[in-house]
Amino acid sequence: MLTVTTQGYERKGYAMSTDDRLSLVLFSGTDDKLQAAAVLTVGAAAMARPVDVFLQYWALDAFRADRILKDHGVSPEAGPEGERAMRDQGKTHWSDLFRQAKDLGEVRIQACADSMEMFHITTDDLDPMVDGVWGVASFFMEADGPVTFI
Amino acid sequence: MTTTEVTRSIDAKGMACPGPLMTLIGAIREGQVGDVIEVLSSDEGSKTDIPAWVAKAQHELIEVVPDDGFTRFIIRKVR
Repeated sequence: MLTVTTQGYERKGYAMSTDDRLSLVLFSGTDDKLQAAAVLTVGAAAMARPVDVFLQYWALDAFRADRILKDHGVSPEAGPEGERAMRDQGKTHWSDLFRQAKDLGEVRIQACADSMEMFHITTDDLDPMVDGVWGVASFFMEADGPVTFI
Repeated sequence: MTTTEVTRSIDAKGMACPGPLMTLIGAIREGQVGDVIEVLSSDEGSKTDIPAWVAKAQHELIEVVPDDGFTRFIIRKVR
């Protein structure tokens, strides 16, 4: 019955498309932006695209093992009404979505070496889902397409 | 309507995006080739996401039936 839709995707060569890497830089450490980034990551992984997530600044801070589940607030543009709407939606927490993404596909989460130095932290301070530490050149060594900055 | 026998039914109504798709992927991974999985989803994104993923992962989308406030997706695990 709905072969129409599937044919649409097949026509676009979807099933045969090259699996282009998604290169995400996470800068913001608020729950709304991390949530959006986690949805993008899990979606890309589901569609068989490899993903590199590079954690800088406040996003890196949010991945610290002792505070990953704490309230990280939302972007200023959310306002109280926006924040309520987001919290009420009852989504899976962003940290769980990143774990699902890693389980699903080829997803690497790397901490920015420079931001690690800024916070004076080591990988022991980070959630175990973080694979390691990269300098910015290592990130670009792997990024073979556009970079998305959140 | 098909007469395909459903192996496993998942009620993902009320789950936010990408919950229903993730639940389907989990069921496909756990299932056997030939299994028929039914997913009920009220998430708007599922209408495009489930067909997209099924095509990409090369399974078979048997049927998509709009119901009252949700959509019923029937998928066969092909590989």
